[in-house]
Amino acid sequence: MATHGKSGNRLVGAPIERVEDLRFLRGKGNYVDDQSLPNQVYAAILRSSVPHGRIRKIDKTRALKMPGVHAVITASDIGADVPVIPIRLQPLPEVFPLRQPVIAVDKVRYVGEPVAVVIADSPGLAEDALEYVDVDIEPLPVVASRKASGTDESLLFPEYKTNLAKRFTGLKGNTAAAFEGAHYIKKQRLAVQRHMALPMEPRGLLADWQKHENRLTVYGAGKVLFFNRRAVAEMLGFDESSVVLIENDIGGGFGARGEFYPEDFLIPFSSYFLGRPVKWNEDRRENLSAMNHAREMEAEYELACDADGTIRGIRGHVDVDNGAYVRSNGLTPPRNVAQFTTGPYRIPNIHIDVSVRLTNKTPCGTYRAPGRFEGSFFIERLIEIAAHDLGIDPIEMRRKNLVNAGEMPYPMATMQHIDPYTDTECDSGDFHVTFDRCLKEFDWDNKIKLQGKKIDGRYHGVAAGCFIEGGAAGPRESAKLKLDADGSISVFVGSSAVGQGLETVMGQIAADALNVPFERVKVFHGSTHYLREGFGSYHSRSTVMGGSAILLAAAPFKEKLRKAAARRLEAPEQQITLIDEHAVAPGGASIAWKDLAADDISSEESFSNTKHTYAYGAHCAHVAVDPGTGHVEVLDYVTVEDVGKIINPLTLHGQVIGAVVQGLGSTFMEHLVYNEDGQLLTGSLADYVVPLADDYPVIRGVTLDDYPSPNNPLGAKGAGEGGIIAVGGVASNAVENALSSFGVRIEELPLTPPAVWELIEQRVNAGNAKI
Amino acid sequence: MQIRMRLNQEQVELDVQPRVTLADCLRHQLGKTGTHLACEHGVCGACTVIVNGQAVRSCLMLAVQAADAEVTTVEGLAADDAPFSPLQAAFRKHNALQCGFCTSGMLTTAHALLTAEPDADRDRIRSVIAGNLCRCTGYVSIVDAIYEAGEAYRVGERS
Amino acid sequence: MKLPPFEYASPGTLQEATALLAKHNGEARPIAGGQSLLPLMAYRLAAPSLLIDLAKIEGLNRIEIGEDGVQVGAMTRWCQIEAEETLTHAHPLMREAVRNIAHYQIRNRGTIGGSLAHADPAAEMPALAITCDAEIYVTGARGSRVVAAKNFVVAPLETSLKPDELITSIRFPRWQPHRRWAFLEFSKRRGDFALGGVALHFEEDAQGHATAVHVGVFGTGETPGRLAAVEDFVTGKKVDAALAHAAGRMARANVQAASDMHASEEYRKALIGTLLERALIEAATRRTEEWKSCKSA
Repeated sequence: MATHGKSGNRLVGAPIERVEDLRFLRGKGNYVDDQSLPNQVYAAILRSSVPHGRIRKIDKTRALKMPGVHAVITASDIGADVPVIPIRLQPLPEVFPLRQPVIAVDKVRYVGEPVAVVIADSPGLAEDALEYVDVDIEPLPVVASRKASGTDESLLFPEYKTNLAKRFTGLKGNTAAAFEGAHYIKKQRLAVQRHMALPMEPRGLLADWQKHENRLTVYGAGKVLFFNRRAVAEMLGFDESSVVLIENDIGGGFGARGEFYPEDFLIPFSSYFLGRPVKWNEDRRENLSAMNHAREMEAEYELACDADGTIRGIRGHVDVDNGAYVRSNGLTPPRNVAQFTTGPYRIPNIHIDVSVRLTNKTPCGTYRAPGRFEGSFFIERLIEIAAHDLGIDPIEMRRKNLVNAGEMPYPMATMQHIDPYTDTECDSGDFHVTFDRCLKEFDWDNKIKLQGKKIDGRYHGVAAGCFIEGGAAGPRESAKLKLDADGSISVFVGSSAVGQGLETVMGQIAADALNVPFERVKVFHGSTHYLREGFGSYHSRSTVMGGSAILLAAAPFKEKLRKAAARRLEAPEQQITLIDEHAVAPGGASIAWKDLAADDISSEESFSNTKHTYAYGAHCAHVAVDPGTGHVEVLDYVTVEDVGKIINPLTLHGQVIGAVVQGLGSTFMEHLVYNEDGQLLTGSLADYVVPLADDYPVIRGVTLDDYPSPNNPLGAKGAGEGGIIAVGGVASNAVENALSSFGVRIEELPLTPPAVWELIEQRVNAGNAKI
Repeated sequence: MQIRMRLNQEQVELDVQPRVTLADCLRHQLGKTGTHLACEHGVCGACTVIVNGQAVRSCLMLAVQAADAEVTTVEGLAADDAPFSPLQAAFRKHNALQCGFCTSGMLTTAHALLTAEPDADRDRIRSVIAGNLCRCTGYVSIVDAIYEAGEAYRVGERS
Repeated sequence: MKLPPFEYASPGTLQEATALLAKHNGEARPIAGGQSLLPLMAYRLAAPSLLIDLAKIEGLNRIEIGEDGVQVGAMTRWCQIEAEETLTHAHPLMREAVRNIAHYQIRNRGTIGGSLAHADPAAEMPALAITCDAEIYVTGARGSRVVAAKNFVVAPLETSLKPDELITSIRFPRWQPHRRWAFLEFSKRRGDFALGGVALHFEEDAQGHATAVHVGVFGTGETPGRLAAVEDFVTGKKVDAALAHAAGRMARANVQAASDMHASEEYRKALIGTLLERALIEAATRRTEEWKSCKSA
């Protein structure tokens, strides 16, 4: 694509084809397992098959006798103080006793918890040897559900005295007064099932301890490199400067990849222990129990409304099945559901308590739109139910309660007993514009005529809902610009790439800021080498924060160019203009930027932010339900979102569509199933089912940038999560509307064919309906 | 065991253990790391390569079973110094990839399909690539890209 | 999920293959397409000491269509059956069953013999063989025999093959030209193992009443099987919507089903009822010369 650098560069906003694709489409990406080092050996992790138990003995003898086995590492090899995984977000000291040791010390608390590391000459030999590590575990009573957790009969941490890890509360107004005398109060149980991000590439690490250089290099890091470098350095007792974390290409993140996991210590430690490079690739079987799980929550809410549908308040309680430990971002989904259940709706009185409960299951963390997908499911269900009960058009009820443009900035609930970044407000925009546009794109006025109708044996239903998407978490992000000898510009960012096209998007912003052709900019990311600090990619922040940092760095960069040119051209600095990669003096004398490279033209700036951005939008769904099989076909799905400023419509659109389909997986398919004994039953991709190409063919998305964010120089808002947020609520409302003649009440996800069939069957058996 | 195969138009000969899958052999013995492993139990399609003209899951084939076969990986779809094939170009144009991890398997599957069935319609394309898992795109752009590339296969411009 | 260690042999004749099987006495496994065996080995649920690759043995991958039926070599791949146009008339039910199997890449490697020997309760081919009264041709170190399909699968992932025996071919009885048929299965996603499935065929007498009714079900219990009560019920009656509905209710009441993490026993029974009703209607309304695709959902 020919893009030139004349003034008026307009790369931002253009559908620039991605630079990443040049290597990916030839199979030349560099994912962590594509990389090898001389003399490397391979790790395999022995994981607990017991959900809760006391380790009596680990005998390595037989494994160590296996040919090709170099070491079997257990807690005792690490030392008296086995490190624990630090809490990155909401690092509340009261939950520190619940942090996960990097390897089981005397107890195991979930199936999949690391117990030993075997190092061998090949991945196969290491895996072979796992069977020969003899582990004797005395089983303890298993806590396999929120309910069992709540009884505190068996405690995961007896010294903590309770399985209730933490309670959050979101507050606003006065719910007691709001509920007093309300025309309508609806109490409703709603639940979201345990599922997970499941990026295509399982995790992997390659650690290389070079004793004589006193340097540890770890490949395969991602998302939050600087935080993880500090963590691993502290655990190993190294200076941060001795540790380099390198991000390879990453096969998807979605919140789960790149957080600090046990292996992020165990593999570097193994390299240190053996003095050789050690490689570990998570296989899919272990990925399903080792990577963060997500979203297992059950709400019992009450909604109070006036007769005209005006919402007076919401109150209630959410129980979160967090799994066995509080991991690096495990408190984020529960805190978010307290603050963001109300989403884009004007609900003046809020009291939401959230209980984070420990169970003998894989610990939870964030998955794309953490707590927000769950909260949206809860509120969209409640509003739909209330509208039907009150005899109000659900669209009109939403319109009545959507925050208006004139109410911006609109504050969310206030969080009790929590972190310093807790107060937040919607920054700008008009929620009605995206809602109306979505209804129009969807052709609501015609499709609503199908509501509840049976056509060719299937029941049709439609629904619509609205969402907000938080983004741009602080505290800051860094960027460095550097003029290279050939006149090209190297851009270093602290944001991380997890497959979202970061190199392209950052390149567009930098090229525009400097008015140079796209091809002249090279983007570097993903190494703790490049910058003093960086914060990474989470909370839809990398574009907004990294991009804003680039804009800030561009000004001093240009100033340095002018200064250097002024010296060479012997002209006053303020009269130098920068055009077309040249610095031009008033008389017409000019010098190419590349000829100034020797003057060390570079700048590094960071963009600080205390205010989040809130993209927002709406979703509409049209489904057809087969009552005989319970199968739901999604006939049409439309999303409209305003993201403040579109950097690249091509990549943004791709993320929106992909997010919707992930959300449909969450709604209709994905479920990590445990039995009563705490065993994970869904141990393969034949059992943990996610959407395939022929499941949801019709997904449409429209993205707008009518209302820039006032909170950053780009005007951009975090995007990429909005596509998933409202899917659970909107799609399940469409299903319930389709089945209105049966009077089914959807309380929980996923709506698998057997689950949908069961809903219908219950009503038929109760004599309330006929197929 | 000593085996030979024709890999991306080049004859190769190597010693391989029976337990090594074709995927691991390609990746770690023959340097073709474009073939990705995402499940190793035959569900996700990321490891798809073309063996004797047919798309197969290379995690469900032993390297020794590929003895004397003609094998094409993603690296064989266009020479390093050649421009993108129409299929690759269509993937880029339609943003049919994000993280890139499923992409090699999508490309090899689509190439085998369009070579055999250049007239494949969108439904056929969807049903074929339903054997390949993608977690980023939602598949819409992938179907669009493959469908558009079909034109080049119909007129015989395959590379 | 690396495969456990094993030895590998690729014999050129059946005799060598069965001799190797006999010699290793249950520790060796034949490998055809490997699409079922290798995932088991990746999960270390199977760890044979020797894999005997049948690919070099000639004559095992032919589809022979004759007057007395269709004989399909054990090493015939699904893609061959899909591509064999003459099966449109010679055995349309087989082609439709194969269209439902897994995905494109799997159908390019997987074989009919491999699927039968693997005997997954949710697999299409064992169900088809039982529905059609197929015969399994088997060769072992001590000679050859023919096993009726209904006696072949004995339990989940277990057949009546002896450790030294191989499947060489499957014979389906001659397909009657005016036979009515349908194959319907339902899974969470197309290509997954079925939560339930129905294969059926029947003839019609001069009065239009059903005769020679065969109804097979799979995916619900331990092994695929026939629904004798439903076959009896349909026999001698005209297949219309009312009859199909009644037959579906009967199937739901009669079929054996089990609960697992994917679906309850009750769901599976009801699903079989639904699929049977739809399959009967589809079979009754399809014009016999017309071969059309039909999907359950």
